[in-house]
Amino acid sequence: MTTINSSKEIQKNNSEVNEKHDDFRMFGLITFLIADGMTFAGFFAAYLTYKAVNPLPDGAIYELELPIPTLNTILLLVSSATFHKAGKALLKDKNPDAQKWLFCTAFLGIIFLICQLFEYFHLPFGLTDNLFASTFYALTGFHGLHVTLGTLMILIIAWQSRINGGRVTSQNMFPLEAVELYWHFVDGIWVILFIILYLL
Amino acid sequence: MTISIDPQKTNNESLQPKGWLRYFSFSLDHKVIGIQYLVCGFLFYLIGGTLASAIRIELASPMSDFMPRDVYNQVLTLHGTIMIFLWIVPVVNGAFGNYLIPFYVGARDMAFPRLNAVAFWLIPPSGLMLVASYFVEGAAQAGWTAYPPLSITTPQSGQIIWIMSVLLLGGSSIFGGINFIATIIKLRRPGLKLMQLPMYCWAMLGTSILVVLSTPVLAGTLILLSFDIIANTGFFNPVLGGNVVVYQHLFWFYSHPAVYIMVLPAFGLVSEILPVHARKPLFGYTTMVFSIMGIVVLGLVVWAHHMFTSGTPPWMRLFFTIATAFIAVPTGIKFFNWVATLWGGKISINSAMLFSCGFIINFVFGGITGVALAQVPFDIHVHDTYFVVAHFHYIVYGGTVFIIFSSIYHWFPKVTGKMLNEKLGILHFIITFIGFNLCFAPQHWLGLNGMPRRVAEYDPQFQFVNQISSLGALLMAISTIPFLINIFLSMRNGQVSGDNPWKALTPEWLTSSPPPVENWEGEAPLVEEPYGYGKQFSEQK
Ligand code: HEM
Ligand SMILES: [Cu+2]
Repeated sequence: MTTINSSKEIQKNNSEVNEKHDDFRMFGLITFLIADGMTFAGFFAAYLTYKAVNPLPDGAIYELELPIPTLNTILLLVSSATFHKAGKALLKDKNPDAQKWLFCTAFLGIIFLICQLFEYFHLPFGLTDNLFASTFYALTGFHGLHVTLGTLMILIIAWQSRINGGRVTSQNMFPLEAVELYWHFVDGIWVILFIILYLL
Repeated sequence: MTISIDPQKTNNESLQPKGWLRYFSFSLDHKVIGIQYLVCGFLFYLIGGTLASAIRIELASPMSDFMPRDVYNQVLTLHGTIMIFLWIVPVVNGAFGNYLIPFYVGARDMAFPRLNAVAFWLIPPSGLMLVASYFVEGAAQAGWTAYPPLSITTPQSGQIIWIMSVLLLGGSSIFGGINFIATIIKLRRPGLKLMQLPMYCWAMLGTSILVVLSTPVLAGTLILLSFDIIANTGFFNPVLGGNVVVYQHLFWFYSHPAVYIMVLPAFGLVSEILPVHARKPLFGYTTMVFSIMGIVVLGLVVWAHHMFTSGTPPWMRLFFTIATAFIAVPTGIKFFNWVATLWGGKISINSAMLFSCGFIINFVFGGITGVALAQVPFDIHVHDTYFVVAHFHYIVYGGTVFIIFSSIYHWFPKVTGKMLNEKLGILHFIITFIGFNLCFAPQHWLGLNGMPRRVAEYDPQFQFVNQISSLGALLMAISTIPFLINIFLSMRNGQVSGDNPWKALTPEWLTSSPPPVENWEGEAPLVEEPYGYGKQFSEQK
């Protein structure tokens, strides 16, 4: 049957719920990232299946150069660390430091993208050359899109964390934390992508 | 003293238009958005139904010239796409989910009201875009599955619009899914445990998990397909070294779970409706919860039963046959629990109950033919014949659409504060039930005897049975008339229902009808046992 709790208890529980409320925005973001991860999973599955059952004709096999993607992997891993630093600084109300670390992160993201474009221009194959080429560009391109979006968001956050009039502060950490989580996610995907595409 | 479990409601309700106008505005109120989903979906249902009638007119004679052949393919494709992506999925998830879930978890709104509005407002434009492509450039004509290479070789602009539209609808459904998961898990009223939630919450939780895990895969696949069409890549084009079977795997990784995205919420809704009108607690609550989760897990691993004729290796056939057959177990549990809920209840014969019972009957039929189809030799025999068409219409129409109508009869008093006319409702049920079975039951026979699907011409020996089927479709079209009359008349001058006309115990009935903008005056009631009917009776005795 229906029972109604005493209102005092409700109030208590309720204020707890409200205090935790950033939490469930984070929860929503995580759910979204799982969905996003499934898109990549679909691409990976397609790529691996092609590799297994649609072998390329001889002479159409390309060796991918390792230096640039390895550099890119390092760039992204370092950028995850700098982002983390930014969060720490903001938490201590050191906004200028936080901004510096954020710009640093965005800078690393931009370098990543430039390296990726450089790699694209020097690859001996184009998008429509063969199945492997198409999948290669689809995967790295889709990931690059994520990096681009992430970099833009980092720049916005950096702007928003300025001292006077900025909306991202130690009281309002959610935007920074959300973008940070997204950035780590994009990082993680890159590592998987690097292993599957370049090392396997 | 109000409890507010909606930290995000920032829009000033007093600035929102009042009365009917608010249903045409960008409202953040979950109740308004729910109704918007329902009405929008119903309009598309009328379009999709008109297209279905056109198909059945064409099929009423073996060589009819009602439409040119490519128009037939376009109409078929539009019909399937509209019915799935613009009617069933948005309505059974978006409409009822938005309306009911916040009540069921004791919240004043969804977890992310703005995301919710975005999810809804993606639908009308992308749906219109899809329909408009028919008039502008020639609609897609590769069927709702858009299998390559057909979808690559048919005229391209329509196919691209089709892809764009489905991508947007997929986005809408992912946003919705995220919102439902967050609302159910995180926004529950303090003191309300997961195992005290009404069954529809569990169904929506399961459905949303499926949405979040499988819809993105479809999105990725369609992006690759659009590359094949626009940029001439060869992912799925055998001529360029691509692999069509990969498309089928990825497509069905979404589209098999999609049948549960269409039917699990219906399971949830029927579990809400039966106990109320049979005045008995839902039988086997815990088994119901576990069977939903079982269906979710198994639903994700059986997709290849759609591909038995695509050169699937024998071990795969074996695995997917067994996994599919296993789904019959949780589904069977649910079926027996519904019957047990009815058993010995004080059943009131009203329209909601009739449609729910109709659902159970039709669904058993569709389920049994489904298990049959999972058996490889049988599937090879009837693949791409009308047997398949009959099977899935028994599920989607006989199952989900029946429950949509049942739910409308059940919750109309809540939404409007007015009762629907029972006589018209029962008339609606009788015509729908007869029309539906007349339309689709004979198609089993057609399929077993070899009439292929997706064709506009067929062997004259099938003419008579096809005409019966078309007659059934005509009845189904007619059946919407009493329904629409009923809705309009009852909304204008229906009998006033009172807050809780069915004497139900689920939380949405414990507030006024129609509910206030804030869902409750004061605190949300804590309903520890949403189906405590039996108790109530024993206490009364
Ligand atoms: C209003 C009653 C309906 C009638 C009379 C009807 C009739 C038909 C007919 C004759 C076909 C062609 C079958 C073929 O040649 O393969 C068809 C296909 C289809 N219908 Fe319906 N249908 C109805 C409702 C629905 C509903 C509610 C759904 C919801 C999911 C639906 C989903 C589909 C799908 C997915 C296809 C396959 C389209 C394709 O192969 O591309 N139909 N329907
Ligand atoms: Cu299936």
